Amino acid sequence: MCLLKILKTKGKRRMNYLNLSRHEGEWLPFAQAVEAEGGKKVLSCYQCGKCSAGCPVSFAMEEQPHQVIRMVQLGLSDRALNSPTIWRCAGCFTCTTRCPRGVDIAGVMSALRVIALARNVRTSRRAQAFHKVFLSLIKRYGRINEFELVVRYKLASMNLFQDLDLGLRMFMQGKLKPPRGIAGVRQLRSLFRHEKGGKRSGLRLLPGLQLTRHREGV
Amino acid sequence: MGYAYYPGCSLHGTAKEYDMSSRACLDFLGIEYRELPDWSCCGASSAHSVDHTLAVSLPARNLILAEQMNLPLMTPCTACYSRLRGAHHALRSDPGLARKVLTALGSEYKGRYEPLSILDVLYQYGPEAVGEKVTKKLKELKVACYYGCLLLRPPEYADFDDPENPGKMERLVETTGARAVDWPHRTECCGASLSLSDTKLVVSLATFIVDMAARHGAECIVTACPMCQANLDMRQRGRTKLPVYYVTELLGLAFGLEPKRLGLTTHMVNAMGLLRAKQLA
Repeated sequence: MCLLKILKTKGKRRMNYLNLSRHEGEWLPFAQAVEAEGGKKVLSCYQCGKCSAGCPVSFAMEEQPHQVIRMVQLGLSDRALNSPTIWRCAGCFTCTTRCPRGVDIAGVMSALRVIALARNVRTSRRAQAFHKVFLSLIKRYGRINEFELVVRYKLASMNLFQDLDLGLRMFMQGKLKPPRGIAGVRQLRSLFRHEKGGKRSGLRLLPGLQLTRHREGV
Repeated sequence: MGYAYYPGCSLHGTAKEYDMSSRACLDFLGIEYRELPDWSCCGASSAHSVDHTLAVSLPARNLILAEQMNLPLMTPCTACYSRLRGAHHALRSDPGLARKVLTALGSEYKGRYEPLSILDVLYQYGPEAVGEKVTKKLKELKVACYYGCLLLRPPEYADFDDPENPGKMERLVETTGARAVDWPHRTECCGASLSLSDTKLVVSLATFIVDMAARHGAECIVTACPMCQANLDMRQRGRTKLPVYYVTELLGLAFGLEPKRLGLTTHMVNAMGLLRAKQLA
């Protein structure tokens, strides 16, 4: 009985890997780095383009989401990390929800932003200034104070005069308040430990990976 | 039993009317809640763009605080809902990451209760039961229910309703006597956190959504997310301006609560004009 079962299944053994994209050798480490930072199953993409078709901001992207995914698969780290697309992504997860291959496309975009920030690739100064200010406020107070967020973001991005009218109205409505720290802020700060060392866990796993440091556009 | 209430940063600032109206509705319905003591930011729009581990450990601190109270965590903010549920999911499904996060926080997490949205809580209370408490029918008010993204996506952990064709918010809103219009952009994205760093894009997205609601006969939009509300309210540039309410504001109004107590006077697009014209406030 048991032997029969083995004989039966042997003829139609299923493969664990479908060869949908060519990924091997020196290409692989970059895709693995992206997966380590939360870009799940990036290698499973077979380029159907469903993500780009449903993306609500694709009209404002020169490189469409599925093209960025392909860059990751092909190990084109410079092109992927410099693509403005990764900063245009609003993180709405329409692509992730619809992907027939289970690729977390929005997660891949986040992962590319994480690596781009760690590598100091400055493609979108405004978005990067926003995230930096945002996290520094969590670190300082434990919560986000929107008033300070806007003021600091304006200073960091040199985008001083935008939305002054809105800000004034919100102030009058009592929506912008001075910041107040929480009691557990010290514990919270310890979560930011990685910043001191500079090196990041996701990237330290990749000794063979050469990523060019970009210093232009400051 | 009750819930641990997690307002999140927006509800203490630009979305204070959502905090006011949420508390007012919960009080009115007799749903018990206590604000999570010493809660901290969930990492919101930024943590996951900077560090994958931090994006889990920031919300995890709050999950642990709620677990220590032995209460399910509930939040009105949809962005917080997404981060909290994402962290809950990651802690239960990724042992490596969970070990790293929980060691850093010096605590353990069993994850007995799933974090909930206030809409989950209201829906569990029951649309019929909510309807019975309505004292002032919002008759003839045509409402476009706008879900946005994070209540529904990714369905792996944010599964309030069907990701492509939801209907729970309509059911809740229709208990007030208002009419929920059928329109196509209920789950489109408003641009979320790009509001400050990519304003032009958000203006076009918000205008697109509001125009679509207006073309389908809506007189106002109702949402459950402070980012959606802020973007649609502040960034719409269409010919017809539609006020954008929180679900809890409309429910509170139907419960006969004072508009001022619900924060209805602190919107960017006048929220009182329509209500006065319909003699609802």
